[in-house]
Amino acid sequence: MTETAIRISDLSKSYRIKHEAGNRATNLGEAISNKIRNPFEKATHEEFWALQGIDLEINKGDVVGVIGRNGAGKSTLLKVLSRITEPTTGKVELFGRIGSLLEVGTGFHPELTGRENIYLNGAILGMRRPEITRQFDAIVDFAGVEKFLDTPVKRYSSGMYVRLAFAVAAHLNPEILIVDEVLAVGDAEFQKKCLGKMQDVAESGRTVLFVSHNMAAVQALCNSAVLLRRGAVEFTGDVATAIDKYSGDSKELGAAVSRQSPFGKARVIEKLIPARNRFPARTPILIDVHLSTHDPSSRCHFSLHVYNNYRENVITISSEHLDTGQIASNVESFSIQIDSPILLPGIYDIDAFLYSGGIIDHWPSAARFEVTDSVGVNGYNASSQTGCKMCLSDFSFSDLKVAQCLNAV
Amino acid sequence: MSEITATTPELSSHGYRNDQRETINRKTADPKPHLVIEPVSGWRSLRLGDIWEFRDLLFTLGMRDVKLVYKQTLLGVAWVVLQPLIGAGIFTFVFGMLAEMPSGALPYFAFSLAGMIGWTLFSTTLTAASTVMVTNSHLVSKIYFPRLILPLSSAFQPLVNFGVGLIVMLLLLAIYQINPGLRILLMPVAGSLLLMFALGIGFWCSSIMVRYRDLRFVIPVAVQFLLYASPVGYSLAAINEKVPAQYQSIYMLNPLASLVEFFRWTLLGEGEIAPAWMCYSILAATMTFILGAFAFRRSERGFADVI
Repeated sequence: MTETAIRISDLSKSYRIKHEAGNRATNLGEAISNKIRNPFEKATHEEFWALQGIDLEINKGDVVGVIGRNGAGKSTLLKVLSRITEPTTGKVELFGRIGSLLEVGTGFHPELTGRENIYLNGAILGMRRPEITRQFDAIVDFAGVEKFLDTPVKRYSSGMYVRLAFAVAAHLNPEILIVDEVLAVGDAEFQKKCLGKMQDVAESGRTVLFVSHNMAAVQALCNSAVLLRRGAVEFTGDVATAIDKYSGDSKELGAAVSRQSPFGKARVIEKLIPARNRFPARTPILIDVHLSTHDPSSRCHFSLHVYNNYRENVITISSEHLDTGQIASNVESFSIQIDSPILLPGIYDIDAFLYSGGIIDHWPSAARFEVTDSVGVNGYNASSQTGCKMCLSDFSFSDLKVAQCLNAV
Repeated sequence: MSEITATTPELSSHGYRNDQRETINRKTADPKPHLVIEPVSGWRSLRLGDIWEFRDLLFTLGMRDVKLVYKQTLLGVAWVVLQPLIGAGIFTFVFGMLAEMPSGALPYFAFSLAGMIGWTLFSTTLTAASTVMVTNSHLVSKIYFPRLILPLSSAFQPLVNFGVGLIVMLLLLAIYQINPGLRILLMPVAGSLLLMFALGIGFWCSSIMVRYRDLRFVIPVAVQFLLYASPVGYSLAAINEKVPAQYQSIYMLNPLASLVEFFRWTLLGEGEIAPAWMCYSILAATMTFILGAFAFRRSERGFADVI
């Protein structure tokens, strides 16, 4: 029988959101004057439940991926588990020493030397001094900063800084480790090293809770997963199913209806409509693009990026690679055809970019389609494959329609 | 069988099955958890054991501040020596020479330096402890540790300065050929009282400052006021001599009145200490310290959410 490492029972956490911005006291004077003016009035506030009735049991040695959309409660759960914030109701029982890593380099001080920061950061992460001394050489070796140990870290390159920070954290040795999205640091080579280190931790029989938006990393590291949605547990079990549910739960297929405004700039890409939302592999993909009038002096390029479930870029096409060249500012709509790419079954997101010198408009997840079934290609069974494949395909822009009237030039 | 069991409130129809499973697990698994996380409301214990467990962090954070203060300064440690000397110099000029306050048989400079060293321990600890939660907010929101560690660690740097100041004081005593005698053995007691009083106020202020940053502006003003409302640059004898009797007890309500005078007495043997007011001050300092720690513990549950 396996032993329990973490038992969470009926765990909830609520935050109070105060209403009526006018009445909210942000300094002591306001707080006091509000109290004097309305001594019996209680502040109106709404309870926001970041976590709601979570019940979970995690066994020793499990490496569990915690996934969910932004605001699903992942970070709150980790904060409660690592005792940073208290739950509102419920109970967590931890069977073993816990260490948490919600951020790389917490408490690093720029004025202190590398050596001093190793001891400081180690102590902050809960390591005892002799423990750090014992691991000191390994940490320095892992980070590769021998030469700069007595240099203040403010003079480090950002890469060195992050490497040193991760190295200290990687040598933390708790029985239960909680990790929040910290692998997305450093260059590709160092990331590989980090993933390797995480794998070692996972294989050493320790219990790991790993929060990430990087589904490929979750897939590679975890042996089970928890999907959170609006503060509740939506699914627990094997990783592949959880990732499927996670991708499916996020949005409808087809063109996105609403969109966020891109950093205060006017949006230019108005609609991105795939001709079909659901189709088998090796089918041409047809997409209609509508633009609103933009800066009439600029001629720009348009690019599409197709991402799979794991948020890996599988197709990138751009008008830059075509002989037809740039898109004039008076173009109102055009169609793009991507000829029969061999895509694996799954749900794909399309990001759209309009750019000339810099980005004019960027629309993440402008549309979404699903590839339904795999087609054997020369005996190659696509459905048994997972992970990243860059997909190559011919493509063309056509039907460039020019707007009838333009802003006066 | 999945490796994780989960029940959501909506899945109540399956709830009983999980409950059964859980009871089985309870019997087979280690019945004693290493740690239980539960909401606790109201007053709570100080958990001094936890602080002891994190003593390395306390020490490292404290030493961090000590190392940091004079980094990239030209005169470095010299500032530690200069600060109380300059303060005592000003007081000697204003109170000793201009106002001609009494200082017993002592040179006014030695007299005001002794007061200044005790006062500086109090004021720098109070200032550092009050702001420590806000200046370390990134730690509070990312890492667990007993939160009392932070205000406690802020006393390190003032204590180091205090130590340096004492050495200067002893040199000065040797120069003036003043023998403090056995009274000096009480100096650590006087220092501890000042430190506890400062930390006690610091506990309150730091937990309030998490929510209301106003205190950042209040504290320097209050510290300035206290400096002149306490017998730092002048003696209690001067108060007794120049202030009408009915106002003297109002003056003595400030616990620092007796504490600073007591501190100077342990170094110089000069001072008028009324036993009743001394008891009052000791009680006030220790109670502020203890109650402050409990109040801090009470409000710390919300720190990470509002900081």
